[in-house]
Amino acid sequence: MIERPESAVASIAQRNLEGYVGFANLPNQVYRKSVKRGFEFTLMVVGESGLGKSTLINSLFLTDLYSKDYPGPSLRIKKTVQVEQSKVLVKEGGVQLTLTIVDTPGFGDAVDNSNCWQPVINYIDSKCEDFLNAESRVNRRLMPDNRVHCCLYFIAPSGHGLKPLDIEFMKRLHDKVNVIPLIAKADTLTPEECQLFKKQIMKEIQEHKIQIYEFPDTEDDEDSKLIRKIKERMPLAVVGSNVVIEVNGKKVRGRQYPWGVAEVENGEHCDFTVLRNMLIRTHMQDLKDVTNNVHYENYRSRKLAAVTCNGGVDTSKTKNQMTRSPLAQMEEERREHVMKMKKMETEMEQVFEMKVKEKKQKLKDSEAELERRHEQMKKNLEAQYKELEEKKRHHDEEKSNWEAQQRILEQQKLDASKTMEKNKKKGKIF
Amino acid sequence: LSGGVGVDRVPGLGHSGGGSTLLGYIGIDTIIEQMRKKTMKAGFDFNIMIVGHSGLGKSTLVNTLFKSQVSRWSSGWGGEHKIPKTVEIKAVSHVIEEGGVKMKLTVIDTPGFGDQINNENCWDPISKYINEQYEKFLKEEVNIARKKRIPDTRVHCCLYFISPTGHSLRQLDIEFMKHLSRVVNIIPVIAKSDTMTPDEKNEFKHRVRKELETYGIEYYPQNEFDDDMEDKNENDKIREAMPFAVVGSDKEYQVNGKRVLGRKTAWGVVEVENPNHCEFALLRDFLIRSHLQDLKEVTHNIHYETYRARRLNDNGGLHPISVNNTQESNL
Repeated sequence: MIERPESAVASIAQRNLEGYVGFANLPNQVYRKSVKRGFEFTLMVVGESGLGKSTLINSLFLTDLYSKDYPGPSLRIKKTVQVEQSKVLVKEGGVQLTLTIVDTPGFGDAVDNSNCWQPVINYIDSKCEDFLNAESRVNRRLMPDNRVHCCLYFIAPSGHGLKPLDIEFMKRLHDKVNVIPLIAKADTLTPEECQLFKKQIMKEIQEHKIQIYEFPDTEDDEDSKLIRKIKERMPLAVVGSNVVIEVNGKKVRGRQYPWGVAEVENGEHCDFTVLRNMLIRTHMQDLKDVTNNVHYENYRSRKLAAVTCNGGVDTSKTKNQMTRSPLAQMEEERREHVMKMKKMETEMEQVFEMKVKEKKQKLKDSEAELERRHEQMKKNLEAQYKELEEKKRHHDEEKSNWEAQQRILEQQKLDASKTMEKNKKKGKIF
Repeated sequence: LSGGVGVDRVPGLGHSGGGSTLLGYIGIDTIIEQMRKKTMKAGFDFNIMIVGHSGLGKSTLVNTLFKSQVSRWSSGWGGEHKIPKTVEIKAVSHVIEEGGVKMKLTVIDTPGFGDQINNENCWDPISKYINEQYEKFLKEEVNIARKKRIPDTRVHCCLYFISPTGHSLRQLDIEFMKHLSRVVNIIPVIAKSDTMTPDEKNEFKHRVRKELETYGIEYYPQNEFDDDMEDKNENDKIREAMPFAVVGSDKEYQVNGKRVLGRKTAWGVVEVENPNHCEFALLRDFLIRSHLQDLKEVTHNIHYETYRARRLNDNGGLHPISVNNTQESNL
């Protein structure tokens, strides 16, 4: 953290006010603005499967982040280490909190767990990198903070000490993120075993020079007493449960055994309340500050130092952006934007042309089709016409035949009547 | 049977070789008493191996089972629970006596199993050890001048400790049991079962049994070795209840005026021998009071014989061999 040098403080003279000015209202303004903006917090949980991570998260935030319809990663079998995040929006007393829980299913579950911490490290680094890029952009209005603010590491309650995997993981992550080690499923241990175990773990942590999250010292007496109490209880032994059981007429959250009920919120049973208070009620902001000022700065200086050392070796665009002046960057951005626009324009034109061609083709096709049909109908019509003509001719022929026949018949009749008359005349003469 | 006594006199029963009733007391049933006396004088061996990654309460459970300090921590260890870099095999022997019967109990511990980051093939040292014991026995058996009683160091039973995650078996558990269930009697046990509520326990046991079935892992008592219906019924009942969810403790507390073995937490005392709290009593009865001899017999008649047959077939007869030979790699 950056501290102001002593001399600067001394040179600013203190003046007394003669009336009420009103800047005592400043904290309220800050408060109102922050409440409007809402808060973000990213919490990562790491540990072998079956240590009660999902249950603890549900207990901490009193929601069913992992429920029967959306089962947590632990109920799905994973072959390799995955990093999964789930976002939840919680509201309390008008304050909004965007809570991101990052889970690592598959951690430490395989037979060969070498490098199972690599996906976790990659995730943390990528979030820091995103933030770094967002910070270096020209337009910085929307800067979501997705960096991992706190990593809860779950230790199996063996009662002996840390496993080689625990030590390796914490050694690699203590300088990238705030690591808070927790003893999971602490209802397995009797109070004496728990004390011994905690001492053993702290000893090993110091031996291997692992830097877990340190609570900041405050000048306030009361607070520092609280902090000292927390420090004595590290690592915190937790038990999680969202099942409500009745004990002596009171409803408490706990685990029901045949020999008694282990209460989650009872300070003598486990350190869950300490964890919750520390994580949410008192030190959430501090965790974010340490992440921002220490871990992120470390990452940033490492990254930038690497760039300046290597000079032109890194060809990725984002790194080059850092070494130019803001104006050049603005030009670059404008050019980029213009190019993008042009590209979009040409693309759209292309699409438009293609569409027009298509439509034309379709119209042509339908025209051809119509022509064809027209032709066909004409043909049909002609055929029918011919047929009709044929029939007519036939009919005319028949008619003329018939008329001819009629005439002949008539002639015959006439002849016949003539001869009859002749015969009649002849007959009369007789 | 002496044909003179009762066969001819009983109508309907010829010299068929079937059972015949005796008309007087001969004393054949005293053979059981004679066997008992001999066994008591000779005492017998029992070798139990405990496997599981560190912190599962293996040593505590073994101490609780045999009600004495028989684990590797008993023989003057400083108490430094340092995890070794490779799997070690530590065998500690004690002679315990009860009711005139002497038992030479050997507890074979396997520190370092499953504790490393890379646990690939961590069962190899264990497999090697088991086969070495078979080899030793074979060598003694094949000797021309045999000892009257061949010292039996073969592993009669392997207690495998399953971590009480509440979800399912871990990959390492499955691999180990797959490789070793054909070589030794494996009894899977759910360790530190006071982590789970009764519902979680039942669900977990059910899931573990299903997984064992899916992977074809035959744990003791194996289905194929049931002799008759009586055995089968008894063993079926046991198989349904396995794997036993146990809790171990060597400390005593006062509960309802009685002194019991247990673990005292802020919300109650977990009684080790209370069947409502955990299945330790079932495991103990099964392991010691009813199936101890059967474990030895299955090891001798089946696992050892399999090893012997393979050995003799492979080499076409036994050549002078040493126990730590590279020929082990054939197996």
